[in-house]
Amino acid sequence: MKIDEIQSQIIKEFAPLEEWFEKYEKLIDLGKKLPVMDEEYKTEANLMSGCQSSVWITSRLENGRVIFQADSDALIIRGIIAILLKVVNNQPPEDISSMDLYFLDTIGLSSNLSPSRANGLASLVQYIKDCAKEYLYER
Amino acid sequence: MFDINKIRSDFPIINEKVYGRPLIYLDNAATTQKPLVVLNKTTEFYKTINSNIHRGVHYLSEQASAAYENARKTVKDFINARSLTEVIFTRSTTESINLLADSFGNTYVREGDEIIITEMEHHSNIVPWQVLCERRGAHLKIIPFDDNGLLLIDKLHDLINIKTKLIAINHVSNALGVVNPVKDIIRMAHQHNIPVLIDGAQSIQHLPVDVQDLDCDFLAFSGHKMYAETGVGILYGKEKWLEAMPPYQTGGGMITSVSFDETKFAGLPQKFEAGTVNYVGAISLAAAIEYLRGIGMKNVFTHEKELLDYTVKQLNGMDDLTIYGNSPNRCGTISFNLNGIHPYDVGMILDKLGIAIRTGNHCTEPVMRHFGIKGTIRASFAVYNTRDEIDVLVDGIKKAREMLL
Repeated sequence: MKIDEIQSQIIKEFAPLEEWFEKYEKLIDLGKKLPVMDEEYKTEANLMSGCQSSVWITSRLENGRVIFQADSDALIIRGIIAILLKVVNNQPPEDISSMDLYFLDTIGLSSNLSPSRANGLASLVQYIKDCAKEYLYER
Repeated sequence: MFDINKIRSDFPIINEKVYGRPLIYLDNAATTQKPLVVLNKTTEFYKTINSNIHRGVHYLSEQASAAYENARKTVKDFINARSLTEVIFTRSTTESINLLADSFGNTYVREGDEIIITEMEHHSNIVPWQVLCERRGAHLKIIPFDDNGLLLIDKLHDLINIKTKLIAINHVSNALGVVNPVKDIIRMAHQHNIPVLIDGAQSIQHLPVDVQDLDCDFLAFSGHKMYAETGVGILYGKEKWLEAMPPYQTGGGMITSVSFDETKFAGLPQKFEAGTVNYVGAISLAAAIEYLRGIGMKNVFTHEKELLDYTVKQLNGMDDLTIYGNSPNRCGTISFNLNGIHPYDVGMILDKLGIAIRTGNHCTEPVMRHFGIKGTIRASFAVYNTRDEIDVLVDGIKKAREMLL
C-alpha cells in the first residue's frame, strides 16, 4: 500500500473513537505491541532530543525501501511511533521525503508532535524525512 | 479570615475550562496565575502614568519613577531588608544568580577557591557557578542529600575550608518540595565568614521569608512564581557585599557621569540596574506582594501545608506509587511516580482530564540521578488550590494507572 492509502486506513480505524480516552487506549495498546528496540541500538546517536521522554530510531535501505525501527520509554509515545512506522515503513525514499502526514491532524494527534511538547516526536518525523532524502541522494 | 472562595474569585483563569473540563492548575512551581489586582494594576499603570523612569523632567516620569521606587520599598518591607539599597530589581532568579556569579565571582573567586552548592539545586543555581569555576580555575563542592531528600549537613563541616568563597543553596527544592535548614547552614557558614546565597524561588511565595532573621547574605527570587508578571526578579544583598561588588551590566541608568576617558558608576541600587528596567514588572510585583500580605503569609503557609499533607495522605494510600523526598519539612510541591509507568504517559492522561501538572526532570538532573530515574510527576500548589482539586488529581492518577497498566 502507498503512504496515502495507509493514512486513509488509519483515519478509518480511528474514526469510531470519539472520546480522547478511547484514542489513548488504542495508542497504549499499539504501544504495548510495538517491538522493543535492542538496547544496543539505544545509543546517543540514535536518540532524538526531548527532555520529557526519549525516542530512538534507526533506519536501513532494503530493496529500495526504507526500514525504520523506533522506540520510546513512554508508552503512549510508543503508540504514536507504531502508527507512524505503519505509514512510513517499507516505503520508497522518494515517497517518504515528499509525504504529507495529514492523518495526524485528522485523528487529533498533531499537537503531540509539536516541537514545544519536547517528547522527541517532532524530531522523529524530521529524522524520518531527512533520512529518506539522504537515501535518495546516495542513489 | 482565610476565604478560599474569595481567593478563587480573584483569579480569572481558575474558572477556565480545558477540553471542556474545569481547569485544575497544579503547576504553580513553574509559574503561578495572576490575581485581578495585579492585572488591573499594570493595565492602570499603562493607561495613566506609563513613562520611562528616572529619565524625565515631566509629570508622568515623576509618577512612574515614584511608583517604581515604592515597589522597591514594598519588596524591602516584605523580606525585611535593612535598606532600599539592598534590593536590586532583576529579570528573574536566574538573572539574580548570574549577576552574583559574575560580579561577586570575578571579585572574590580565584584559582583554587571553592564554592559549595547542594545536590538538590535547580540548574540555574548550578550552571552559573560551574561556569564561574571553569573561568576562574575554582572548584564546585556538593552537599549531598539522603533518600528522604534531607541534606547531609554534617558533610558541610568537611567541605568548608579556607578556600570556600560562597555557599549557594535553595530554600525549598523545586523538584522535591523539601524545606532546607538554611538558617543552620547560614550560621555554620558565618562561623567561617563565608557568605550564603539563598535561592528563594520556591519559598518566597509559600512561607514568610525574613532576610534579617535568616541572616542570609544574598536572596534571589522571581516575581512570576509569586503571582506577579513574568520578567521581574529580585536580588537582595547585604549592603557591605553589594557595595564591594562591581556592576554586572553597564549602560544607561547606572552611571553618574560618562566621558571617553572615564565613567563613574552610580551608587546602590542603580549600579546594578543598567538600561531600562522592567519597571512595570516591578510594580506588578509590588501589587502581588500587597495581595499576599492581605491574605497573610502565615495563612498562605497553613493553607498550602494542609493541602500538601492531604495530598501526601491520599497518595500514600495508593499502591505502587513512590513519593520522592519524604521529609517531614516540605512545602508547595510533591514529586512522585507510579511504579513502572513513565511520568510523561501519566501527564498526557492528566492533561486530557484538565489537570495541569509537570512531568520531567524539573531542571534538576542531579536529583533525578540520585533516585536513578528520568523524571517525576510534580504537583505544586498555590493559595487558590483546594482539597477538591486534589481529589480530582488523585482520581486522575488512578485513571491513568488503570489505562497504562
